[in-house]
Amino acid sequence: MSPVLNPTAAKRAATRDAYGEALAELGKQNPDVVVLDADLSGSTRTKVFADAFPERFFNLGVAESNMMGTAAGLASMGKVVFASSFAMFAAGKAWEPVRQSICVPHLDVKICATHAGLTVGEDGKSHQMLEDLALMRVLPGMTVLVPADAVEARQAVFAAAACRGPVYVRLSRAKTPIVLGDDYRFRIGKGTVLRPGNDVALVACGVEVGAALEAADLLASEGVEARVINMGTIKPIDGELLVAAARECGAVLTAEEHQAVGGLGSAVAEHLAQHCPVPLELVGVQDTFGESGDADELLAKYGLDAASIAERARRLLRRKN
Amino acid sequence: MALTPERKLALEEIARRIRVDVIEMVHAAACGHPGGPLGMADFMAVLWMEHLNISKENLHDPQRDRFVLGNGHTCAGLYSALAHKGIVPREMLHTFRKLGSPLQGHPHRNADLGIDMSTGSLGTGLSTAQGMALAAKANGWPTRVYATSSDGESEEGQIWEAATSAAHFGLSNLTVLVDFNNIQIDGEMRKVMNVRDLRQKYEAFGWHAVDVDGHDVTAIDAALCAAKAETERPSALICHTTIGKGVSFMEGKAAWHGTAPNDEQAREALAELGV
Repeated sequence: MSPVLNPTAAKRAATRDAYGEALAELGKQNPDVVVLDADLSGSTRTKVFADAFPERFFNLGVAESNMMGTAAGLASMGKVVFASSFAMFAAGKAWEPVRQSICVPHLDVKICATHAGLTVGEDGKSHQMLEDLALMRVLPGMTVLVPADAVEARQAVFAAAACRGPVYVRLSRAKTPIVLGDDYRFRIGKGTVLRPGNDVALVACGVEVGAALEAADLLASEGVEARVINMGTIKPIDGELLVAAARECGAVLTAEEHQAVGGLGSAVAEHLAQHCPVPLELVGVQDTFGESGDADELLAKYGLDAASIAERARRLLRRKN
Repeated sequence: MALTPERKLALEEIARRIRVDVIEMVHAAACGHPGGPLGMADFMAVLWMEHLNISKENLHDPQRDRFVLGNGHTCAGLYSALAHKGIVPREMLHTFRKLGSPLQGHPHRNADLGIDMSTGSLGTGLSTAQGMALAAKANGWPTRVYATSSDGESEEGQIWEAATSAAHFGLSNLTVLVDFNNIQIDGEMRKVMNVRDLRQKYEAFGWHAVDVDGHDVTAIDAALCAAKAETERPSALICHTTIGKGVSFMEGKAAWHGTAPNDEQAREALAELGV
């Protein structure tokens, strides 16, 4: 087992919980950190920060566009601003002020969006944001992070605060397996090989990293050695690691809790098509919206569980030669 | 204290020179938005020359005042005001809207030129000004934040999100000057989409709000002084203006929102402005 993997994979935690705790710690270290929320501080976990530093927390109410503009104004005055809401509203409803007021002047606003993807579960399609990576990735100068688990989420918060310019951090509501060990070190722009293998590369982000590791186990029982890569940064994408994987494995599968177009899969396809074209398989939601249901059942229904990834990998291997 | 007669004349002269710059800039660019900044020239002159604590000397002082041009398309007037303050080099005005110029067709934030926020998409400016005012208040700074807006921009929902929260946060260091000229791109505001009485609206949102004759420099100055005296509420000055003010054939005409004068029209306009 790779040293960066968590030896007790049964443990679960939500990335939003790791976010709230990291934010409060960051607040202690850096007096310039301010946090904004749009009436969801209990759910996004910014309440942990708000309770510790009430004078540096601003609740904008149910007004996400105004929150993003306010974040820009605060950042222009030298504050390091974290702005949170559900991914649907942070990246969706407020996209235009994020573009005009935050990205155009390239301000230090860190958008930490929770409740992304199908794993929102029972709230259904109106809240299951599956297009945020596409919307954020296309913005010039925006860094896009998708932590695989609570371990990576915690480190991503500190990394976002330390980097200049706007950052989008995609977080989840559901308690998902902790796949990374305590010795894992997150760096913006760098992916990590979690499992060696040269038959096929499984490149995943977010909750799909755990699923990809499970899929690799399934494939191993059939004699297929899959390389599993955690791509915690979608933008800038780790092109070097991707080209090495494409060269050495000859086939690359991507997996994400997002539309199959526009997110990780597209970022990988864009890079490899130009630098090392190999057969690709993009696992994601297939041009449809989600629905209400249990998170794990939804991942299975929409083809994002380990069994689905393994099946798509088998299909990819048939195309490899 | 009211403006002295000399100061009143001096501000009216600055407003005239802003109008001249606007015509020359938009004419040289052969495109742009002359009508709005002609209408706003009087209150921009009073704000920039009499009230805003922004100068070449304190440009990088974090505690200085801030300005956000919410109706960003009127930026020819802002660039002219910055030139009158000696912040934007006068010769740079001729590069307005041209490739490579920092004087973009809509303002782009530029710390060295006193352009405090990127604007242009209507509705976004007031929220950013609110963020600046919140930061200043949280830091205990004397900074005052001024934003402009317009009757047309008041049709954007985000304006009212910001109006709600600025009052909620008690941002008495924030003032918005609303250019109310009853003209928007598609015609008369009251026919296209009537925003009705903005003073009453801002008041209902919890602001100190007043109607002002947007061409009376003494009245504008007095209203800005009253805004400074507010200790609990943000202030809104509903500045009633005429689009294209000072150039007879542009006055009151929606067509001059975003059309550049040709050579002959520019000559005529400049002659009317005493050039």
